[in-house]
Amino acid sequence: MELRKSYFADVRKDDLHEIGQPRPRSDSPGHVTGKTAYFADRNFPGMLHLKMVRSPHHHARIRSIDTSEAEKHPGVVKILTAKDVPHNVYTILILIQVGPEDETVLADGKVRWKGEAVVAVLAETERAAQEAAAKVKVDYEVLPAVFDMEEALKPGAPLVNEYHGQNYYLYDSGECRKVRFGDVEAVFAEADHLLEQSYQSSPIEHAPTETTGCVVMPEGNDRFTCYTNTQAMFFTLDNTSIILQMPGSKLHFVGGTVGGGFGGKVDVIVEPIAILGAKLTGRPVSFVYSREEEMQISSPRAAEKVVIKDGVMKDGRIIARKVTGYTDAGAYSRHSPYGAQKGAGHYPGPYTIPYVWIDTYCVYTNRTPSSAMRGFGVTIGDFALEVQMDKLARLIGMDPLEFRFINAYRDGDMKAHRQPTEGAALIECMQEASRAANWPVAKKYMAMSSYVKGA
Amino acid sequence: MAKVPVQFTLNGSEKAEFVDSGTTLLNALRDKIGDTSPKGGCHQGTCGACSVIINGELRLSCLTLAETCNGAAITTTSGIAEGGVLHPLQRAFLDTFATQCGFCTPGMIIAAKVLLDHTPNPSRDEVIEALSGNICRCTGYEPIIQAVLLAARANSQNAA
Repeated sequence: MELRKSYFADVRKDDLHEIGQPRPRSDSPGHVTGKTAYFADRNFPGMLHLKMVRSPHHHARIRSIDTSEAEKHPGVVKILTAKDVPHNVYTILILIQVGPEDETVLADGKVRWKGEAVVAVLAETERAAQEAAAKVKVDYEVLPAVFDMEEALKPGAPLVNEYHGQNYYLYDSGECRKVRFGDVEAVFAEADHLLEQSYQSSPIEHAPTETTGCVVMPEGNDRFTCYTNTQAMFFTLDNTSIILQMPGSKLHFVGGTVGGGFGGKVDVIVEPIAILGAKLTGRPVSFVYSREEEMQISSPRAAEKVVIKDGVMKDGRIIARKVTGYTDAGAYSRHSPYGAQKGAGHYPGPYTIPYVWIDTYCVYTNRTPSSAMRGFGVTIGDFALEVQMDKLARLIGMDPLEFRFINAYRDGDMKAHRQPTEGAALIECMQEASRAANWPVAKKYMAMSSYVKGA
Repeated sequence: MAKVPVQFTLNGSEKAEFVDSGTTLLNALRDKIGDTSPKGGCHQGTCGACSVIINGELRLSCLTLAETCNGAAITTTSGIAEGGVLHPLQRAFLDTFATQCGFCTPGMIIAAKVLLDHTPNPSRDEVIEALSGNICRCTGYEPIIQAVLLAARANSQNAA
């Protein structure tokens, strides 16, 4: 690995002993010998297998649930419905005051997306659990559903989630997250060119090689050990504590080894119900997604729509930007209100634009709830912003990289959310990119620096 | 359900078990015998994480019934280090940072071992072809390809 120490040599401390030094990964010896213990590598005698009965409808009222045939199936030990869950309605981010609680552990009265968990079946073998799950009879009254964000926001659209009361997340700033920096409309009138474009994306599945799951062992003293591949150990512990109304001291979570996550394992979905199963049966419980469930049920990256309008001058300066962003949360919040909020902070881009206006909406639809995935809320935005930058450069007949040098933020520049820029180094990155890609830019850009003394 | 006897050697040691008819070799190895180095990623023969060597051939243990393995010689990643010394492939995966989450690693190493056992000096294209049945979601594959090529070079130096 090469470190370019010539940059910022006069301002950077150079007494680091670890950063910049190659170090062996501490977990690799376990990986290459097959000794690393993933949650599913624990197998306990008498372990039960949990399978979920899932909604075949996008939106439906549950008239009745009949588990009598399933209960008679050989090997079935316990069947759980909403009434068995102590605190059935929850939301993951309630721990950081992002509410309201809007999602059920097991559906109660209504399902809001195709694949939603309705009934949990615990049986001696995976096969028995699967066969019994197929015998659970749920009587649904199918309701009209909405799959498109713009449709969901129209008056009269089917209401997806009653806990919100409308098909968007209500922020403390209102129906959307807002950034306001000067009078954008007035400045648009002075621009040499205006360009308004819209960009949209589909949901993206993480597809980790190891599917989501956990194995729970009752310790016999009303305390439970949960081996899990969660990426969010403390969110999981604390939410489980709320859902099961059990003190955290009764819950012992063991994790840290995740067979691929990419953000797909930060939701609290499998652990509470598996621990409840272990509590009510007194036996170890394994709840592991099949590959099919992983692809269809686990929460993907949100579908997004981004509308960007820029005012640009012939000399390359962007003088005003207006962005409206829509994040498709699916039926429940999970991490999406946070993702939409991140988008609001991100849409000015790494550019200094003196007038900015941003609205980002988190919209509910009857689709699979979306959640975290690698920079969720900003990666689709970056795609849109950078395509927009290329289009703007083309519009004024300028080289796209030189166009970015003109607008790149530098230390001391005020950002749209009123945080002064510090430690930008964007100019230097682009200079390196220009050399590496053999994409020459004018000398004056190669002489620029992000670092402004005294900024 | 009918139990059937099955006997094979696993990494050189004899194993004898009674399994439910229809049990996959993957489940027999992991749940009965306790060798959890083959991983269950898809249970449908597409991810390669459960790869094992049966009588010298690369096989997916999730698609192999345990009862068909009578008398077979089976090798898994947990058994390829000898006398506490890592196999050259294991060493190379360490040295080239070819593991991240590690879940696909045992299957990758097994697929690579079958390649090197048959083709000690493979081309890059042959390595890519040999690993094409193994899915990795973290590394982007390049460090893994480098690891296999590095192990092959170590092989040829030993032979020389």
